[in-house]
Amino acid sequence: MGRVAKIARRTFLVGSAAVAGGVAFGVYKFVEPAPNPLNSSEGRISLNAFVIITEDGVTLVSPKAEMGQGVHTTWAALIAEELDVDWKDITVIHGPPAKAYYNSALFGMALPFKDYKVNDFQQAMREFAGNGAKLLSLQMTGGSTSMRDGFERMRLAGATAREVLKRAAGKRLGLAPDALETRDGQVIAPDGRTLSYQDVAVEAADINPPSVELRDPSTWRYLGTSLPRVDMEDKITGKAMYSIDVVLEGMKFASVRMSPRRQGMRRFDASAAKAMSGIDGVIDMGEGIAVIADNTWIAMQAVEAVDIDWEPSLYPDTTAGLMQEIEAAFDAAPNTVGRDDGTADADHPGQELLAEYSVPYLAHATMEPMNATALFTDDALSIWCGNQSPTSIQSACAQEVGFEPEQVTVTTTVMGGGFGRRGEADVAVLAARIAKKRPGVPIKLTWSREEDMRRDFYRPAAMARMRGVVNAGQPVAVDVSFAASSVILQSRARPALTPFTVEQAALSGSDPEGLSGAHDQPYQIPNYRVRGHIVPSTLPIGYWRAVGASFGGFFFDSFIDEMAHAAGRDPLAFRIDMAREEHAPSVRVLEAVGEMSNWSAARSAGRALGVGFTYSFGSPVAQVVEVVEEDGAIRIAKVWIAADVGIALDPGNIEAQLTGGCLFGLSAAVMGEVTFRDGEAEQSNFYDYDALRMGAAPAFDVQILENAPYIGGVGEIGTPPAAPALGNALFALSGKRARTLPFNQSFSFV
Amino acid sequence: MTVKLVVNGDALESASAPDTPLLWVLRDEFGLTGTKFGCGVAVCGACTVHVDGEAMRSCQLPVGDVDGAVTTIEGLSDGETLSAVQTAWVAHQVAQCGYCQAGQQMQAASLLSDNPQPTDADISAAMNGNLCRCGTYPRIRAAIHTAAAALREG
Repeated sequence: MGRVAKIARRTFLVGSAAVAGGVAFGVYKFVEPAPNPLNSSEGRISLNAFVIITEDGVTLVSPKAEMGQGVHTTWAALIAEELDVDWKDITVIHGPPAKAYYNSALFGMALPFKDYKVNDFQQAMREFAGNGAKLLSLQMTGGSTSMRDGFERMRLAGATAREVLKRAAGKRLGLAPDALETRDGQVIAPDGRTLSYQDVAVEAADINPPSVELRDPSTWRYLGTSLPRVDMEDKITGKAMYSIDVVLEGMKFASVRMSPRRQGMRRFDASAAKAMSGIDGVIDMGEGIAVIADNTWIAMQAVEAVDIDWEPSLYPDTTAGLMQEIEAAFDAAPNTVGRDDGTADADHPGQELLAEYSVPYLAHATMEPMNATALFTDDALSIWCGNQSPTSIQSACAQEVGFEPEQVTVTTTVMGGGFGRRGEADVAVLAARIAKKRPGVPIKLTWSREEDMRRDFYRPAAMARMRGVVNAGQPVAVDVSFAASSVILQSRARPALTPFTVEQAALSGSDPEGLSGAHDQPYQIPNYRVRGHIVPSTLPIGYWRAVGASFGGFFFDSFIDEMAHAAGRDPLAFRIDMAREEHAPSVRVLEAVGEMSNWSAARSAGRALGVGFTYSFGSPVAQVVEVVEEDGAIRIAKVWIAADVGIALDPGNIEAQLTGGCLFGLSAAVMGEVTFRDGEAEQSNFYDYDALRMGAAPAFDVQILENAPYIGGVGEIGTPPAAPALGNALFALSGKRARTLPFNQSFSFV
Repeated sequence: MTVKLVVNGDALESASAPDTPLLWVLRDEFGLTGTKFGCGVAVCGACTVHVDGEAMRSCQLPVGDVDGAVTTIEGLSDGETLSAVQTAWVAHQVAQCGYCQAGQQMQAASLLSDNPQPTDADISAAMNGNLCRCGTYPRIRAAIHTAAAALREG
């Protein structure tokens, strides 16, 4: 035990503050399985936390939140691959908040290795550190971790369930389990006799699972193929139940208007709202008001009819003031050094480049506005909410109404988009606050689109100061400083609902995640330094698809492009040379995208290519964007994408995530911007916070590679290279380098 | 006072005020939640339904002004038999989060009833009012071409 405990302690230390306090539990707790939260009952047998056998078939539990990324399908395929059930006979459910559903991959990502150089020992350590998530019951869908988390665990869950079913069937038939085969939900004896999983499920549930070996990938039936999504048919027939669609007996409809300045109210006058017909009540919510009504539309009209005098914001109340707050962070010492190879600050002979970049705040703007339904009774609270973190919702709602977490039931539905926004518990807490005022009455709270925009946890605005040196066609030095609020540190410090105080915002610590897309790139540059200055702002910011890499990738790769041009080199060859000795899979994606786009062929006048590359979430992605000038406006005509995900579990779904992630990044790059006046977001709906539409969306060509030794993320990796690839193409077209997003400030688009 | 409507072939009566947008009558009063709320101001297309076969934004259509039979996503298929548009949507595995897809399909079905062989430019023009934040446009475009071919072949 002594030696194991020592390793455990060291693991926790490198795992940093996220798991502090967990040491006392010792190592034993890590390996002891978490209790199965699923109860067996009449006609419904749970073999482990992920497999339920019912009379109708097999239900697989995917505690990962389905926000469109296809996780329910691939998670189920991991289990089904070993369990031997027919794809068309399975049902997939989300399951309750429970310790068994901890995310083992999330903490492993915070370790200070060069992620792309991870070796077997580091991989083991990454998995070991991930066990800290179990102790904290952190059931989180995010960080593109689902497949890294589930790849081994879920195949084991399927295999152990299969083996106990075989043992139960063997007892019944008087045969050794090894003599039996399994296929399509049946145990099959050599003489042809069959028992269905249903037949033996009750006995199987009492058998201790044996140790199992996972099948060789060459025998896979589902994994590695493009499966039909388990949620597709419900989603195209209108049957899919998002939390905004929850219907309960006697339900009332509510909307809220909370402070857009994230402070309280001085006073409010609800007389006009109370005079409207169909109103059931106006509730003082402390930093805002809620209206309960006969339908959602009336509630939304009524909250806007309340006259409210808001307290001013604690943060600077204009965009200019907020950007000054960010710039001022450069004056303090850096909080984080993400990489420091060589002597980046020394004088190196060659051509020096200096540049400043900036990006704006962004909204998530999920298609389904924030909503939650709550039912409060004397001793229980039920919450229905599409969310990325049910255990956080459970504890935050329990705290709100003064219950123990066990008294709060959270039903997680599919989500109409998440992009990081639905990791926040705020809307569920608001629903709980309203429901507590109406015991016994289910309350469906739906935000207007305007409320959704003004109460977002924004992707932080950020600035970068870049210095580079090139000599004789080679990169000599790159020295990078970022200034931005820290998403990780702030989301840990602030309560589920604002106000967020100046004291809480005075964050200490470091944040390598905020340097993603820059400090972790697989390049050999002799002098390569990346540092971060954390901005202590009270403006609420949050996780947004690709998080730090969403801006770090833009800053870093755009500047690499500048260095390539200054060095007189081809931008694609320049990147390939830097990656050559550092990371072969990255070289291959760059070469692939060059071949796909016919990179070196000349383009006609008014047409140009740009390449972008970002390694993020364990996967290198290269994109080439083709832009075309049409009557003075620019069209994004085509994007070629090459990505290496290590093991492509579902190529069709990965292609969808890569193109979707790229479009998400292109939309932000072309037109995404949240600005502030009087402490409030100025954008309010899709007419002033739009995204690319069908007519402006490019054509795509995607290649998925599998050269990396470990499975990589998928859901976010398409986003970071999109903005730099577009900016680099715009430079190639026009000779103009735009260093500030969105690009529509500098260029006209169709 | 009530408003009489025909929705997916059913005669229904709404007790909501006539200025209530059709969207909220469908969702909150009739429980037909397949039609989605996205923006409330007719700029995202998530709430698209058919009135006498024509695509309309139900969030900006007062229920008292509805002049014709309403079809929602729940009525696009013929019982368990999917429509050509829905079949193509499954074949191309279009949906990611799926929230906008009811509106996308209602818009696409309306396009195809007016124009049995739309070009890419026709599709862009007809579908530009339907926002998708997951970025499923390439598959939507492919699915519309597939559905058009299937309908032409009858």
